[in-house]
Amino acid sequence: MSQYDTIVIGAGHNGLVCAAYLARAGQNVLVLEAAEAPGGLAQYREFHPGYTASIAHSISHFSSSVQADLGLADHGFALQAIDTVGLRNSGEHVAVRADGLSGGNDADAAAYASYASLMQRFAAALAPFWEKTMPRIGSSKAADLLTFAHMGLKLRGLGKDDMREFMRIASLPMRDLADEFFEDDLVKAVLCWDGLIGSKMAPRSPNGAVLALLYRLSGASGGGHAVPVGGMGKLADALLAATEAAGATVRLGAAVERIDVGHAETGPLAHGVTLTDGTTIEAGNVISSADPRRTFIDLLGVEHLDIGFTNRIRRLRCDGFVGKLHLALSDAPEFDGLGQPEGRMIIAPEMDAIEFAFDDAKYGGLPEHPVMEIVVPSVHDPALAPAGQHVLSAHVMYVPYALKGGWNDAARSTMLERSVETIAAYAPGIREEIVFAEFLSPADIEREYGVTGGHWHHAEFVMDQMLMMRPTFGAAQYATPVAGLYLCGASCHPAGDLVGAAGRNAAKEVLR
Amino acid sequence: MSNVDRYAGERLKLTPFYPREQELNIRDAWSSWNGYLFADYYYDTEYEYFCIRNQCGTYDICPMQKYEISGKDAEAMLNRMITRDMGKLGMNRVMYTVWCTDEGRVIDDGTVFKLAEDRFMLTCGSPCTAWLRKSAYGFGDVTITDVSDTLAGLSFQGPTTCAVLKKMGLEGIENAKAFDIMYFPFQGETLMVSRTGFTGDLGYELWIPSELALDLWDALYAAGEDYGIQPYGEAATDMARLEAGFIMPYVDFTEALKTVYFEHDQTPFELQLGWLVDFNKPNFSGRAALLEHKQRGPKWTLTRLNIEGNWPAEDAIMYDSKGCKTEIGYVTSALWSPTIKSNIALAMIRSEYLNGELWAEIYRAKDLRQYRRMARATIVKKPFFTPARARATPPADF
Repeated sequence: MSQYDTIVIGAGHNGLVCAAYLARAGQNVLVLEAAEAPGGLAQYREFHPGYTASIAHSISHFSSSVQADLGLADHGFALQAIDTVGLRNSGEHVAVRADGLSGGNDADAAAYASYASLMQRFAAALAPFWEKTMPRIGSSKAADLLTFAHMGLKLRGLGKDDMREFMRIASLPMRDLADEFFEDDLVKAVLCWDGLIGSKMAPRSPNGAVLALLYRLSGASGGGHAVPVGGMGKLADALLAATEAAGATVRLGAAVERIDVGHAETGPLAHGVTLTDGTTIEAGNVISSADPRRTFIDLLGVEHLDIGFTNRIRRLRCDGFVGKLHLALSDAPEFDGLGQPEGRMIIAPEMDAIEFAFDDAKYGGLPEHPVMEIVVPSVHDPALAPAGQHVLSAHVMYVPYALKGGWNDAARSTMLERSVETIAAYAPGIREEIVFAEFLSPADIEREYGVTGGHWHHAEFVMDQMLMMRPTFGAAQYATPVAGLYLCGASCHPAGDLVGAAGRNAAKEVLR
Repeated sequence: MSNVDRYAGERLKLTPFYPREQELNIRDAWSSWNGYLFADYYYDTEYEYFCIRNQCGTYDICPMQKYEISGKDAEAMLNRMITRDMGKLGMNRVMYTVWCTDEGRVIDDGTVFKLAEDRFMLTCGSPCTAWLRKSAYGFGDVTITDVSDTLAGLSFQGPTTCAVLKKMGLEGIENAKAFDIMYFPFQGETLMVSRTGFTGDLGYELWIPSELALDLWDALYAAGEDYGIQPYGEAATDMARLEAGFIMPYVDFTEALKTVYFEHDQTPFELQLGWLVDFNKPNFSGRAALLEHKQRGPKWTLTRLNIEGNWPAEDAIMYDSKGCKTEIGYVTSALWSPTIKSNIALAMIRSEYLNGELWAEIYRAKDLRQYRRMARATIVKKPFFTPARARATPPADF
């Protein structure tokens, strides 16, 4: 007899969400996490003694259903909205808030109102489907047909004009969309940003940027970013507390070596895991929040899979393009023309700046002039740095996982220097304040966090790896070709970012 | 005119046996196989066919694809790729098998040779590199080497073959059982001989490094002179293999990865190769789909037929009645069999019609004028021709 109904691999937010749902449904659940702390890419990391940050530094659309279902508020989780600010050399910054756009010209401010309203309508039409299991193509099961019908109805419900407009813009490059609405280069760049960050796409790239943007606009905040009250660490704290309160066991520092597979008449059957220390643990189901390549190739083993399926996993596009900069600062950074650095600050003066940074990276080079998004987490959680001091966190794009010639200290310091140089153009005093600095390449993130390619979404979030194709057919409904093995991470529908929908949807499939 | 051949890259390659084959191909009847110039026949198809059945003949299998698969994980990799159990393949033994897509449809058939615990040879009709590489992904220590150009293969088939090989000095060859592999020294190199073939008769396949191919040919033809040795081509092979009930890619089945139309490819069950699918094996590629196919039963069945009359039923459409009420299938291969003296065929027939009447609609030209005949067909359970000499060990002497 198995001691556990379900083992969840990984205590990132999706793993914990999935475990909490299963435990609340009465399952005996064990969560195994290789790191010493829960939270995955949202976990705190003391990158220099006394200075702490996390890879993920803000939240845009964490699932309201998950928050409510798991009672995260009771475990101390609350969100505090932050502005999105586009930095301009002149100090005349652009700010995007729930109540509108400021810092651009009047025409842009007016255009923003109609743009935001249109995008919100589209986001609302898609919103229900991010929290649903996608139907199987060719399936005639009632639930699948119903979801298809529901999707059709939702789009039809937009009305003829909006539906036509949706069909038109869904696969537009971000640049074309921004050019249609706005005049100010900085406004365009800032509004592009959320369609692009985390992906291998720039403003001129066709494919799924608009859909990624709509995904991010689907939350209660309408795309506005937030930080948990008390800092990012509160998310992992609350999820851990909710998971344990639901009765699940979470073991930290327990790295899974492999998924154990037995054989039924019908084929392979996952029945537990073996840890790196040799311990074997039996369970009825194994759910992996790790990315598909790690799950299927490294932990499971291809001998348990069909060859075609294996090669679809092999060719998933998983190369990350976001580097991470952490600065330990002796004082609060001062950005020209900005009071407190409380917001999410974007350095991308125009869409071409984003495009050119991408041009360097897509051929495997480092961007001459990186673009980035900055948060100063210590503003929200003073405990992250010694009293009066601060940490600065920046997502730097585009930094290729597969750097030509490979990643080494020289490449890392080049990126560090170019990033600091870029920031210094807006915060001239920054260099004097730096106590310590680290730059993590996607390859570093892969190594330290166990995410293939260091990719935000575990697998690129684009049309061909989206919805019922995510991560690939045969595993797009959380169940996998191996009985008893499920996926629940960012590679699943809907996608990554701190959302929790994948973990929630996966739990529902396991309980079905 | 320059001496540079502007079409050099486009010309068919020549196998290492070509110099001898060219002398003997007195009809210049060449076609091609996998980019090699390849004999349809040398002198006369029927004559070559009778050499296979009554004496011995050689068939150049250099154009056949040959892969050496080696490394610690080679066996596991192959075991996951093919439908049969590699665990049941003994050392120095050969196994016929198929491999399938995830959907359980046949990609190709071929043979696996176990040469060492960590070294195997896979042979198949068409290039398979891409699928092999896909199959090897995720296995640690596997090396795949295409040895098609460096390892020459000569199929040697017919009742007198064992006697010829003995005369050539292959000591103990008579002890080789069907599907055994044996090794013999040959001019400082190793000659590998497997008791395999594609004729359903007594026969062997000889494997030698390409640079010794002509020496092997000469030694074999010297030894075989009094035993009626003769090269035979594709046409005679096709006759012999049909009598033996062996199937041909792109004749009796379409390779799944090259099939254009939906479900125009076949499952092993449709090809009556269900015996190759070993469900006792915990997992292999396509297992889940194959299990479903097995439970559902084959939609089509490749069926051996005996057809009345003597009109070969080539390309015939099959019906359920003389009046052609319902079309139920099509003939894939047909032949008036000279050895068993009957009109035989392989036909793909919708399984639900197998228990009813089977009729072939046959067209035949007499002096350009087409005639049509409906001929009744009956199902033949066993392969058409299975002579005891094909499996007798030791084989009879001559």
